[in-house]
Amino acid sequence: MSKTKFDPYGEDNPANPKKPASSSGSTSSGAAQTHGGSYEEEIIAVEAPQEIDAKAAKRAERQVATMFMVSVVCTLGFVVAYFALPATATIELPLIGITNASNLSLGLALGLSTLLIGLGAIQWARKLMPHVEVIQQRHLLKPPDSLRKAALAQFSQGAADSGLGQRRLLRRTLLASLLVFPLPLIVLARGCGPAPKGELNETMWTGGLRFLADITYQPLKPSDVPIGGVVSAVPEGLLEVQKAQHNLNERAKSAVILIRMRPDQIRSQQGEGWDYQGILAFSKICTHVGCPIALYEQRTHHLLCPCHQSTFDLADDGKVIYGPAARRLPQLPITVDAEGYLVAREGFQEPVGPSFWERS
Amino acid sequence: MSNTSAAMNTSTHGNQPKLSGPLAKASAATYEYLDDRTGLSAGLRRNLRKVFPDHWSFMLGEIALWSFVVVLLTGVFLTFFYVPSATEVVYNGSYVPLKGVMISEAYASTLNISFDVRGGLLIRQIHHWAALLFVVAIVVHLLRVFFTGAFRRPRELNWVIGVGILTLALLAGFTGYSLPDDLLSGTGLRIAGGILQSIPVVGTWGVFLLFDGEFPGTAWIPRFFVAHVLLVPGLLLALITAHLLLVFYQKHTQYPGPKRTNENVVGYPLMPVYMAKAGGFFFIVFGITTLMSALVTINPIWLYGPYMPDQVTSGAQPDWYIGWLEGALRMMPPIEWTIFGYTISWNILVPSVIMPGIVMTLLALYPFIEAWVTGDKREHNILQRPRNAPTRTGLGVMALTFYVILWANGGNDIIALAFNWSINSVTTLMRVLLFVLPPIAFVITKRICLGLQRRDRDKLLHGIETGRILRLPSGEFVEVHAPVDPDEVAVLLSKEEVLPLPMPPKRDANGVRTPGYAIKALRARMSNWWYRDDVPVVTLNELESGHHHAQEQVEIAGTYGVEPTVSEEVTAGHR
Repeated sequence: MSKTKFDPYGEDNPANPKKPASSSGSTSSGAAQTHGGSYEEEIIAVEAPQEIDAKAAKRAERQVATMFMVSVVCTLGFVVAYFALPATATIELPLIGITNASNLSLGLALGLSTLLIGLGAIQWARKLMPHVEVIQQRHLLKPPDSLRKAALAQFSQGAADSGLGQRRLLRRTLLASLLVFPLPLIVLARGCGPAPKGELNETMWTGGLRFLADITYQPLKPSDVPIGGVVSAVPEGLLEVQKAQHNLNERAKSAVILIRMRPDQIRSQQGEGWDYQGILAFSKICTHVGCPIALYEQRTHHLLCPCHQSTFDLADDGKVIYGPAARRLPQLPITVDAEGYLVAREGFQEPVGPSFWERS
Repeated sequence: MSNTSAAMNTSTHGNQPKLSGPLAKASAATYEYLDDRTGLSAGLRRNLRKVFPDHWSFMLGEIALWSFVVVLLTGVFLTFFYVPSATEVVYNGSYVPLKGVMISEAYASTLNISFDVRGGLLIRQIHHWAALLFVVAIVVHLLRVFFTGAFRRPRELNWVIGVGILTLALLAGFTGYSLPDDLLSGTGLRIAGGILQSIPVVGTWGVFLLFDGEFPGTAWIPRFFVAHVLLVPGLLLALITAHLLLVFYQKHTQYPGPKRTNENVVGYPLMPVYMAKAGGFFFIVFGITTLMSALVTINPIWLYGPYMPDQVTSGAQPDWYIGWLEGALRMMPPIEWTIFGYTISWNILVPSVIMPGIVMTLLALYPFIEAWVTGDKREHNILQRPRNAPTRTGLGVMALTFYVILWANGGNDIIALAFNWSINSVTTLMRVLLFVLPPIAFVITKRICLGLQRRDRDKLLHGIETGRILRLPSGEFVEVHAPVDPDEVAVLLSKEEVLPLPMPPKRDANGVRTPGYAIKALRARMSNWWYRDDVPVVTLNELESGHHHAQEQVEIAGTYGVEPTVSEEVTAGHR
């Protein structure tokens, strides 16, 4: 922006009464003027746009008009692209790779059409509108004391007329009724959900339930879990429970992982003989805030939660060895049934998943 | 120049060629119709001339406003197609990899918006980009207001409203992020559920009321939907309106400068320059978020797959504004107590409930805390340069450092992967840095501010060092100092005198103990700490002798044919 300044009320402007031109816009005081009655204002400088000569103004005008016209073209382009390109059309571009052609063309068209309106308007303001720098006085936000007194007096009068001050009984009963008034709102909120009845302590796992691989839903045999392997599993009958309950609540609790190591590598576990030939079953739900834990390091038998990096040592009781989780991963005792499938010996002996107040 | 300037003037000051044509006539008639019935003219006449000070940093709040408008506009479009339901359906849309998979209607409809509704992907991406920009702009705007002291009286209430807007923006972001019901958002929801569940006494009840039973249930989708499209935006709209009305009514603050005082406002009238700039700026924000959405994919939910509570992806990152909470949760050591059979999970409560609670409360109350410490209850319409409030600036940078470390730890897995470090070492390092770096940041920032204050003082007293050394006939060497530009002098002189609260007397003259002595003494001590080390402002006497000195130097320099480089004007008394 040019620093050329001129005084609209000075000599430069024949339409205005003669006045000595100011020397420098920012340091001189210009003419005091009252505009519109409400604001006392003083124009201190009028910064003329850079392109002050007619030729340059014409050029700026052409620039802005071009932007607006290109914007029109882009908007029309949006309409064309909308009808011409199916939503799934793709295009391969350098740098970006394969991308959605409809999204790209619609976005470029709409983006440019709006951006150019904006740029045009700003260019117009910068280059073609005079910048009249003005001083206005602020009104004090704090009202004069007399006004405040008057207002308060009015209020007191109203309060006195209402009898709020004298009629103590009315005042107190009104207060009481208003105080209990929000109670229905709170009571209504009670209907948002059932009371907790210890659901967080239980899963559907019980003795004899088979382990199903979580993708194929086929029952697992010990041979399906090789040494060093890790298999995600769900309890037999989970899909039926999901269907009956119309939700994923049971899955969110009863998912487990099966791992296998050489029996001599198990340093400790949560119950005597809870493994089956080195196969161990642990809850898959992190005891921190409930993410499913999936990153198993075969060599160290460490299980890492991808959300907050709590690390559990599955060879040693499932205890926490790093990270924010405070409790070990619950272990599920297992064995095989008559047909040789892996089954739970009994349910979890402690609640799975994140902590909660009532949990002990 | 004279001819054209006269022509320019006509456009702002009378003698204006009247617009004609049917459109102008129709608008004039409409205006008259409305004016006859509402008396519109009074307000218009006042406010079209309303002056706003100009500075690039005043644009930050505007970016927030316009991105909110973009979010509202695009959000309306999305509601036409999004189905807020957890009912499982077989996906049968255009995205081949998920064909035939059982997914929730919420996820299916989001896929539908992304693949089968023309322009749907674009609008969804604009919605997400603009929402991210909304929070960025709010935070940067907040930093500007903080570091320039714009929150001081009379604007404390508007600061509190602003903190409310920020909180609601986070809530709007989180509820919106959850709605597609993809694997990533579901994991975020699982974490939020786990946090809620950890709250003592009411946590389990909270989960059961929010999710209508255990996590995840099916009720949360319609509930989050209503919160996201009605409740939160409604509140946001109300607070933003109040925020803007207060800015308008209280008039905008201004940076110090020539002719600018606490009792005036120097700038440009609303009409036409600001109208054009602000209106144009909306289109620029809209245009840029749209171009980003055309070119850069955001939240490709189709790649994440549907939410399954037993599945997860590694390297999962929340939207940037949740990053600090995520980082805190990852950083906290595993502390959990069991007392009388009840569990208190400090490892979740501290980083996710207590710490954010304290941070947001301190943030909201900051103007009142600072005013209490400094005892400064005067009305401030001139902004402070951050260097002139070194303690505040130091505290701000300290808080920012704390925030950034938490935020960085939200990506500790990404950092560990990128630098091939152990993730545990990264986390442990962050735990240490969280407590070590902020105080260091405070000290360094405060010292830098004080150094800048000293430089300002030197500039005022001795002018600008030109680097030109002059040897006098006597053999003495002097450096030629050039006078400071008068506009800059006005800025330099804006530093206010420091007024620490006096220590209260223990007993008055009659030996009566001062009531509330301990509090008053604490306050005086804090006020002294606040203002400690501040560089004294230049007094008028000092300024005059300084000028004298500068003048002398210029004269000496002139004698030997050396011209001052910066300005011919010698700094004269200002303000």
